[in-house]
Amino acid sequence: MRKLGTVLTSVAIMAMTTVGNVGAAGKGIVIDGSTTVGPISKSFAALFMKKYKVPVTVSESGSGNGAKSLINGSCDIADMSRSMKPQEIAAAKSKGVNPVQNVVALDGIAVVVHPSNPVRALTEAQIAGIYSGRITNWRQAGGPNFPIVVIQRESNSGTQETFRELVMKGKQVARTAETQASNGAVKNRVSQTRGAIGFLGFGYVDASVKKVAVNGVVPSVTSVKNRTYPLSRPLFMYTNGRPSGMVAKFVDLPKTPEGKRIINELGFVPKY
Amino acid sequence: MSDEVASSQGRSSEFIVSAQKHKIQKIKQKTGEATLLLIASFVAIVVLFIFYFVARDAIPFFRLRGFAEFFTSPEWYPADDPPHFGALAIIYGSLMVTLGSALIAVPMGVIASICLSDILPFSVRQLVKPVIEMLAAIPSVAFGFFALVVFAPLLQNQGGPILMWTWWVIAAPFLLLFVIVVSELLTSSITKESMKKPVKMALSTVFGLLAILLLYVVGQHLQGLVIMSGTNALNVSIILSFMALPTIVSVSEDALQAVGRELREGSYALGATRAETIIKTILPAASSGILAAVILGIMRALGETMVVWMASGNSSAVPDPFYNYLDSVRTLTATIAGDMGEADQVTGSARFHVLFAMGLLLLIVSFVSNLVSERIVVRQRKILSGQ
Repeated sequence: MRKLGTVLTSVAIMAMTTVGNVGAAGKGIVIDGSTTVGPISKSFAALFMKKYKVPVTVSESGSGNGAKSLINGSCDIADMSRSMKPQEIAAAKSKGVNPVQNVVALDGIAVVVHPSNPVRALTEAQIAGIYSGRITNWRQAGGPNFPIVVIQRESNSGTQETFRELVMKGKQVARTAETQASNGAVKNRVSQTRGAIGFLGFGYVDASVKKVAVNGVVPSVTSVKNRTYPLSRPLFMYTNGRPSGMVAKFVDLPKTPEGKRIINELGFVPKY
Repeated sequence: MSDEVASSQGRSSEFIVSAQKHKIQKIKQKTGEATLLLIASFVAIVVLFIFYFVARDAIPFFRLRGFAEFFTSPEWYPADDPPHFGALAIIYGSLMVTLGSALIAVPMGVIASICLSDILPFSVRQLVKPVIEMLAAIPSVAFGFFALVVFAPLLQNQGGPILMWTWWVIAAPFLLLFVIVVSELLTSSITKESMKKPVKMALSTVFGLLAILLLYVVGQHLQGLVIMSGTNALNVSIILSFMALPTIVSVSEDALQAVGRELREGSYALGATRAETIIKTILPAASSGILAAVILGIMRALGETMVVWMASGNSSAVPDPFYNYLDSVRTLTATIAGDMGEADQVTGSARFHVLFAMGLLLLIVSFVSNLVSERIVVRQRKILSGQ
């Protein structure tokens, strides 16, 4: 994925140098920001360049840096996995930039357990307790008397970052938690381990693991769409003012069938 | 006159020609030597360069964070704000897994090599050795996949019985041998022939019953164990030991073969049995080679990345209790592999450099143990040659 991104970016840079007259003010589109939204932007960029022959460069430097780039006028679109903070909006206004929020997709995280586990629902507090090491037996969470095997993702994972933000709220995950490298590996371990609990991007959940309801809400595309499922968040592309021209076409990609297909393939939930 | 001159001229020119030839020969020789030296030193230079570049990126970490946290704190939260870079649990995990695999692979490998070189008939050896060496040809990701997808669930579902059977299979023959040898030794001082037999019988019965009790009690305990998660230190130790085995078997078998016929025949000629010959003659003579094999095998286990990354569970905590091989651990190699992807210079300097600090630590450990083994081998050789 990373390699592909680099290739795309370099292709876009090559295109830029040949076309000239691009960048934040020109015909091309420059995108910077969140590593979570990055994959969507990159896939959109590939589609866009093929369709409109317009160069698109995508960098992933994190949501905060994306906001900075937009404020400084060095990018057309800022990918963000959170809303802009009031300070950022104030800074933008003072520079004559009017940040406008466009929702790209919704990001949902499913908490999964072994199919044989009778636990159907957990509260956010229980999940936080399990991951922080306070709850170590399923009996403490309304299940059988069986130790919990906690499985998390590597610290550089976007899913892990979101999970920590939404559930742990700044608390640390217990050091005894097992760490797996990918959504696939987490699913594999949970599907084979009786006491396991893990979390997956929506795109990865299948019948080999069991989703649990969080705060009584069953994770589904619908509950993510109507924002009742707590472990979900919208992903944004911020633009300077109402988007127009090519930027508008790009930001509207999530509303097209191809855009929706890409969002689904990457494991996110389409908003539209 | 003219003839003489001509002949002397001829001689001198002949001499000049041969001198020229000699010169060319010498140049050829020197170029050849220089080329060989260049190639040989290239390998050394590569090692030096690796050291230099790893150290260059490792030192900034210690400058930023000091030594104390890295070596004494088990708190590994590199992505947090503020971050914690305590690698104690990770260093411990590496040591634990390496020790575990050595405990399995070293006795097994050395025994297998003795069996191959001195016990099995030649035709069987020719068949078995390539099979063992084939283990080395299996890619580590295949081992890792096996450990994660096959072995981990097996340990979770059948862990207790597997451990019990392993204990029985390994312990039963050793205990039997122990009972026979001990009762033999204890009765050897009895001089009265008529007393010897019944005493020996009684002793063997008592020891035999004790051995069976031990087998049973430990077996029951092992069978009762429930392995919560199969991705743990035990799983990885076993898989790593299989990866280290071909190195150990192959190199130490070569060392045993190198002992030569003369020593073996000399030993037999003095009336030693095969067991005595192996234990008292061949093993001491081959010990330096066997040690080199063991060090090579251990280095293989310490440096292995893919298997531990996939199947050790990667939890950055010291197991509880500290010898609990059924807990999951994280190793230095797996941490480097897992964190390198995101930890570029952008995401925080210390987080990037800490991985090089780990790499440097691994390099130093393997470098030092290689030096030590080299020393021991040299000393052993001196002792054996009677200097």
